[in-house]
Amino acid sequence: MPRKTVLHGVHKALGAKMGAFAGYDMPLFYELGVKKEHEWVRSHAGLFDVSHMGQIMIRGEDKDGNSAVEFFETITPSSFETLDIDHTKYTVLTNENGGIIDDLMVTRTGVNAFHCVINAGCKEKDIEWIKAQISEDSDLEFAYFEDWALIALQGPKAEIVMREALGMDLSDLPYMALWAHEDYQMFVSRLGYTGEDGFEISVPNEVARELWERLLAHEEVEPVGLAARDSLRLEMGYCLYGHDIDETTSPVEAGLAWVIGKENTEFIGADTVLDHMHHGVARRRVGIKLLDKGVAREGAPILDGQGLDIGNLTSGGFSPTLGVSIGQGYVPSEYSKPGTNVYVVVRDRKIAAEVVRMPFIKANTKK
Amino acid sequence: MAEFRYTKDHECIYVEGDVAYVGISEHAQDALGDLVYIELPEVGKRVEKGGDVAVVESVKTAAEVYAPVDGEIVAVNEEMADELEFVSAPVNENGWIVKIKVADPSALNELMDEAEYAEYLKEVD
Repeated sequence: MPRKTVLHGVHKALGAKMGAFAGYDMPLFYELGVKKEHEWVRSHAGLFDVSHMGQIMIRGEDKDGNSAVEFFETITPSSFETLDIDHTKYTVLTNENGGIIDDLMVTRTGVNAFHCVINAGCKEKDIEWIKAQISEDSDLEFAYFEDWALIALQGPKAEIVMREALGMDLSDLPYMALWAHEDYQMFVSRLGYTGEDGFEISVPNEVARELWERLLAHEEVEPVGLAARDSLRLEMGYCLYGHDIDETTSPVEAGLAWVIGKENTEFIGADTVLDHMHHGVARRRVGIKLLDKGVAREGAPILDGQGLDIGNLTSGGFSPTLGVSIGQGYVPSEYSKPGTNVYVVVRDRKIAAEVVRMPFIKANTKK
Repeated sequence: MAEFRYTKDHECIYVEGDVAYVGISEHAQDALGDLVYIELPEVGKRVEKGGDVAVVESVKTAAEVYAPVDGEIVAVNEEMADELEFVSAPVNENGWIVKIKVADPSALNELMDEAEYAEYLKEVD
């Protein structure tokens, strides 16, 4: 039986087309359809149920003085010492080979307290991995917020909607920052997976439905499914775990070297990752834009100008904003320069394309 | 009222003489969502029942359009390639994707009529 989020019945009642994602029965699109939902998020505000994602908390300090800060600087290549409280970092969990176990958002909620949002499909694996890194005599505390929902409100009207629908003035909340309700029953982060301004709201399951309905009642808000979530993130060049990054790709190959903290040399997999950082990599994740009609999707072969096979798309699809097909994939580093001419093969047809800088369109997140 | 026929793969067919107009059913359109691209075959191409004749792509997915019967492509709807909304028009008007000259008209009898297709949709849903 597929798993359900607490809002499953709400999606059904809205007439959503449901489909399987990471073991959950999730809304793929609603009445508007994927393209209009995508455009609605870019122009108004879209409401997403992302409660399938995992929320975990790690805090404390052990007897030897090893803190949660140090713990996160071990399981990820990032630096957390300098991260302000109530601010968030995007980072990755690395394995011993420097591959990516998952990508995640880490919010510092206290001096030695962190809240993470992890991918639905990686929850069990991540939790097992993280727990295994906590030594037995450690006093680090781990908690999994299994009964919490996560609702994303994304789009240029998100701030207005939060004010008008919930009476919350978040105009001063910076990008990648957290606002916590005083009773710790609601956490609002100004971030998302769409490139638009917006918020992710974490609440206990019991109040998720009321929150969803209050936000949805606002005239600027439409529900948006996972299909548009995918095309929105693709336009931003964001990675989808299991497709664009996985345990065989290093953060440097994936173009995520920016998550590596300068002072952090002790994290798991550092040997490989820092070697990639200092000596370069043989392949890189790049953005690819089709120059002709057609839609290239995951798996499509990438050829160089001479027709030599150089890789495959790890994700791809139609960009409603650009009106052409875009994708990402790994190519040998010598082909990774923006402007490099390539071909993408769709059903035996070679479609002219070029390597482009990501994001494909300008981000519209809070300055 | 025009009479349409259907396949299990949700093609919608209108027959005029020995020519079958092939489009996709409303059910298929709903499942796909807004189209973003249509790949059309060459006119003159010979097709076999169940073989690919076109591909319709939405933001979400790509779907093959299959030949409902053996025959030869005698026309492709170039206008639809530019005006993708045409796909929702009736197949006997702008909603056809290809026209196939049918090799054996009796093969058309194997296709479902409106009532049979409605029944089939209930089964597959």
